[in-house]
Parts: sequence; structure tokens; C-alpha cells
Amino acid sequence: MATVSIREVHKHYDDFHAVKGVSLEIKDHEFVVLVGPSGCGKTTTLRMVAGLESITEGRVLIGDTVVNELPPMDRDIAMVFQNYALYPHMSVYDNMAFGLKMRKFDKAEIKSRVAQAADILGIKDHLHRKPRQLSGGQRQRVALGRAIVRNPQVFLFDEPLSNLDAKLRVQMRVELKKLHQRLGTTAIYVTHDQVEAMTLGDRVVVMKDGLIQQVGEPLDLYNTPANKYVAGFIGSPAMNFADVTIANNGSGLVATNTAMSIAVPEHLAAPLGPHVGKPATFGIRPEDLRLADGSEPQHQTFEAVVEVAEQLGSEILLDVTCGPSSMVASVDPTVRVKPGEKIRLAFNPKRAHFFDGKSEMAVRG
Amino acid sequence: MAVAASTSTSERVIVAKAKWRPLENERNLAWLLLLPTMVLLGLFIAYPFMRGLLLSVTDTRVGIPGEFVGLANFRRLASDPIFHAVVWNTCWYTLVTTIFKLGLGLWLALLLNRSFKFKAFTRAFILLPFIIPTVLSTFAWKWMFDPTFSVLNWMLYQTGIIRVAINWLGDGDLAMLSIIIVNIWRGVPFFAISLLAGLQTISPDLNEAAAIDGARPLQRFWYITWPLLLPVTMVVMLFSVIQTFADFQIVYVMTGGGPANATHLFATYAYQLGVGTGLLSQGAAVSLAMFPILLLIVIVQLLYIRRVEVR
Repeated sequence: MATVSIREVHKHYDDFHAVKGVSLEIKDHEFVVLVGPSGCGKTTTLRMVAGLESITEGRVLIGDTVVNELPPMDRDIAMVFQNYALYPHMSVYDNMAFGLKMRKFDKAEIKSRVAQAADILGIKDHLHRKPRQLSGGQRQRVALGRAIVRNPQVFLFDEPLSNLDAKLRVQMRVELKKLHQRLGTTAIYVTHDQVEAMTLGDRVVVMKDGLIQQVGEPLDLYNTPANKYVAGFIGSPAMNFADVTIANNGSGLVATNTAMSIAVPEHLAAPLGPHVGKPATFGIRPEDLRLADGSEPQHQTFEAVVEVAEQLGSEILLDVTCGPSSMVASVDPTVRVKPGEKIRLAFNPKRAHFFDGKSEMAVRG
Repeated sequence: MAVAASTSTSERVIVAKAKWRPLENERNLAWLLLLPTMVLLGLFIAYPFMRGLLLSVTDTRVGIPGEFVGLANFRRLASDPIFHAVVWNTCWYTLVTTIFKLGLGLWLALLLNRSFKFKAFTRAFILLPFIIPTVLSTFAWKWMFDPTFSVLNWMLYQTGIIRVAINWLGDGDLAMLSIIIVNIWRGVPFFAISLLAGLQTISPDLNEAAAIDGARPLQRFWYITWPLLLPVTMVVMLFSVIQTFADFQIVYVMTGGGPANATHLFATYAYQLGVGTGLLSQGAAVSLAMFPILLLIVIVQLLYIRRVEVR
């Protein structure tokens, strides 16, 4: 087991700058998830750690060793690929044993390690089969088995669950988490699915356009996103945004647009001071909205028109429009509203977010 | 259907009027679709083959209808020293060229499978020997092997490798070597391009996974690439062996079977006997003698391909 340090790493492909100076310190035993849309550089970063892509600039360390010039085999890592990359002409046993054979382990040791891994992953009965005779979930397990038999310093996962159907994905996600709790091997996991990132990661790294947007524990990203991008990317349904202008109406700061005029919460009044007269973005998560019952102050509510009500059983998602912005509110399942109905929504001022109109960075109290 | 299940009074059943549509019958359609192929194969393969068979059991010559002589032509071949040489030549020619074509073709395919500048252009360029009509390119080779005026001897002489001009096509062994070289030159592109196509079906992930698993480049080739390429390799070999075994053009143009019958293959010897000398039936016997050997090779290879594919 080992730490992984990624220091100011760049990747250029001809004239495309795929990774633009990524730095990340991964602690021993940590499970770090790189998440972002396709083309954000997360897979390239992972492949540079694996040694499958050359590093244009910067350094990668595994433990205390700079591995920039080391071939993949000498980095003591194991990787699980998106499409599993199982050797189709070999049995499950041979697939799992291949890495050990290449490293000249003796036969008895190989046998016991494969048996142990197969036992952990529940694929004991399939060892003699060929990969194509297995279901997607079983193949995934074999790919995991191939990684764990070697007992490497670091696990690298490249979207390992994206080829599975939704139900199996949830199940394998839990198993992966259990596996990590059991083995404790340092892991870097790449996904574009923010739910996977939130549920699996000790820490989550949100990337976009080759840059790290924010690094933090899942709830930190959720509660205090560093910018509008992270705020919109993490959480499902996504955070609601409304373009507003900050103004001072004499009694305090307000955020206004054609459809709403709300009071800036107290804890944000000071940092938003310099923004008076400038555009900003108001952000509020669906679960921080509720139907106003009249008990809340007027300036913590705004009017909206119901477009669709999605009944989920445990909650109702109201798709509403508020002037130029579309929003989603998660409300109590007992609420009865009809499409087209005008309602008032109240927001939780402590959980309101504001982002600079230009830089889109979060304004923090 | 929903309509059938309902009991509403508006229920209607529309029955197609029975028309005479013979092609709706799959059996008739199958025969109709097979017909063009059957006519073509029958006319141009089965019929000539049967005529060849009939010819080989007569003593027909040009201008003489001939009579049934049973297996006399084949018995004569069994004691014909030139025919013995032909069998040996053909097997040797096929074996050596196939080994080299496979080796060089695989090497080229592996190189072409990498990413480099002008990749598409180079891949197309590689195919040239295969595209140029064989007779034309073989004539060019014949000039290059000319002992007095050729570029080959000139180069060897100028670089000091030889002092006396080599009579490439005048010596039995060198003539065999020459036609082997030309056949390899012509056949490598087919191997290279077919194997390249095979290589491209192998996911690069597998090689990456093997690299991470600790396999060195040669081990990756031996444990991953080669076994996955084997089915394609076997099919390419099958085609190549059949073509090479029955090769005619290169030998006919380069040496005509000479010197002193040293480079005769089945096809050229059959041509010389049947058309050149006019002994039609004996020529037919020689070309038919190729058949059992080829059949054996094909059966063995097909069985092997099936085994590989079932794996």
C-alpha cells in the first residue's frame, strides 16, 4: 500500500491540452474518486498514473518513487478497465493467474491466491469458464479478481461499473466499497457518475476541462461547492440556479430579477457587499425548497408556476418556472398541486448559495 | 392482439385475399436465390472439373479424340522423374514461401498497427505488389534477375559482394530461389493487410492490461496477440497455401519451368504437357494429381480453424 502524489501534471496531445496542471495528494488506504464529464481529463490522469500514457510535464510519485519513466509493470499497480479487458482466450483462472505467472510466482502460491480472491468475489464455481460464458457482473468480478490477486500498492479503476445495468451497478458499488474496507488498498477511481463518486469516495475530485475544480469529502462538495460548476454537478436532482442582481434596498442586500426579490441571508451579507450592482447567481438545492405556509418572512419566498409534478412516493418533485429560470423543488408527498398553478416556494436561507456572475466562484460567508 | 381480445361490436377481422404467390413459399424462394450461383459454379467449375476427370482417363491429344485408357496416365506419372521433381518443387515452394510470407507479413502488420504519420498512405502503399497484375510485375522481376544487364547483379558487383555475374535463372537452385523471392514479394501484402485487419479487432485494452499484469512486449505478443490472431492467421494461410500450391504465372513468366525442368510446379508442368506438347490427357492427369494433396491440406487446416474458433 502506498500514497500517490500527482504534482503539476500536464498532458498534451499534439495541439490538445488534455490535463492542465493537476495536483493531488492521495493518502495511504484512501479511496479517491475522480469525477467529471467526458473529456475532462480524469481518465487521462488515471492512465498517466498507470503508465499507459506518457506524462508531458509534472511528476507522479507512488510511495516515494517518481514513476514518470517506469513502465506499468514496474509500478506495482492493478487496473480495472471499463470493458473489463479480460483475455478472451483464457479461462477465468488463467485470467486471474496471468499477472502472477508473469511475475514468476510459484504454482502453489498462484493457486492459493486465485482461490482466495475467487472466494472473496464469489466466482469459485466459474474458474474453468471462458469470459464470454459469464454475465456482465461476473466478468466485472473476474476483472476485480485479476486486480486483487496481485495485492498491488494501488488500485486504479477506469469507470468499472458503467457497462453494467442500473441494478447491478448499485449492487457492485456496495461490493466495491466493502472490498475496499476489507483490503484497504489505496484506490483511484474514475467515473462520470456523481452518485458513484459520492457513495464510494473518501474524497472526491471534481474535474472539468483538464482542471481540478474542487477536492473534498463528499458532503463538503455537497454543502460548500467551490463554484457553480461543482454545485451543479454534485447532487441529484441538481441545484437550482437563478441569475440575479445584488442590490441594496436600504434595509439590507437583496437579490432580484424579473420574477423574484429575495433577501440575502445574513451570513452572506458581508461577502456579497462588493457585489452590489453586479450580476450573481443564486443557487438553492431542491430539498432546501418547500411550499410556503405563510409562517416565513416574505423575502425568503418567491412565486413560481408549476409545470409538472413528479410523484416519487417518498417526495414530490415539482418542476416549476420562476420567471426566466426553471427550478425543481422537492416537497412533501402530501402536497397537492396542479400543473399551471401559481405557488409560493420558501427557501432555507442558511442553505442558499451565491456565485459570482463572472468567475462563477462561490461567495462564502 | 388487443383487438382480438376485446368484445366490442366494432371488431373486424381482415383476411388477405388468397393470391397465387409462389415466392412466399420459402422453399421456392431458396431455390430461386440459389439458382444464379449454382449455374455459375456448375458452368465454370463443376463442368470443367468433370471434363478434366474424363480427359485424364483417355489418351486424347490435340486433334485426336482418344479412347478410354483407364488409369494409364496416372501410372505413367508415377514413374515420371519430372513429375517427381514437380511434386517436390511444389511442396518446397509452398512451404518456404508460406513461412516467409507469414513471418514478414506478421512483422509488417505489427508495424502498421502502430500509430505513425502517413499511416493510411503507407497501408495503401504496402498493397502495391498485390494490386499490380502478376504477369507485369513478374516481367519486371525477370529483368532484374537477368545475369548481364540487371540491376541486381550490378548492385552486388558494385558493392563488391560478387566478382562474377550470377546466372540467377540459369541455375536450377538459384532459379528456384528467384521464383520463391518473387512469390514472397507478391504474397506479403496479402498477409500483412489481412493480419493487420485481424490485429485491429484485438482491443488495445488487452495489451494494456497485460502490460500492467507484468508481461513484457514479447510476452504480450506470445500470450495475448498471437493466440487472438490465430483464427485469422489460419484462414489467411489456407488461402495462401491453395494459391501458392496452384501457382502458375510467376513460374511461367520467369523460367517457364526451366532450367531443365528444375522449377516446374504442378500447374506449369500440366500446361507444358497438355498445351505445349499437346498431350491433353496427360496434362489433365498432372493437374488432377494436385487435387488430393490440396484436399488433404485444406481438410487439415479447416479442422484446425474449427478447433481454434471453438476455443
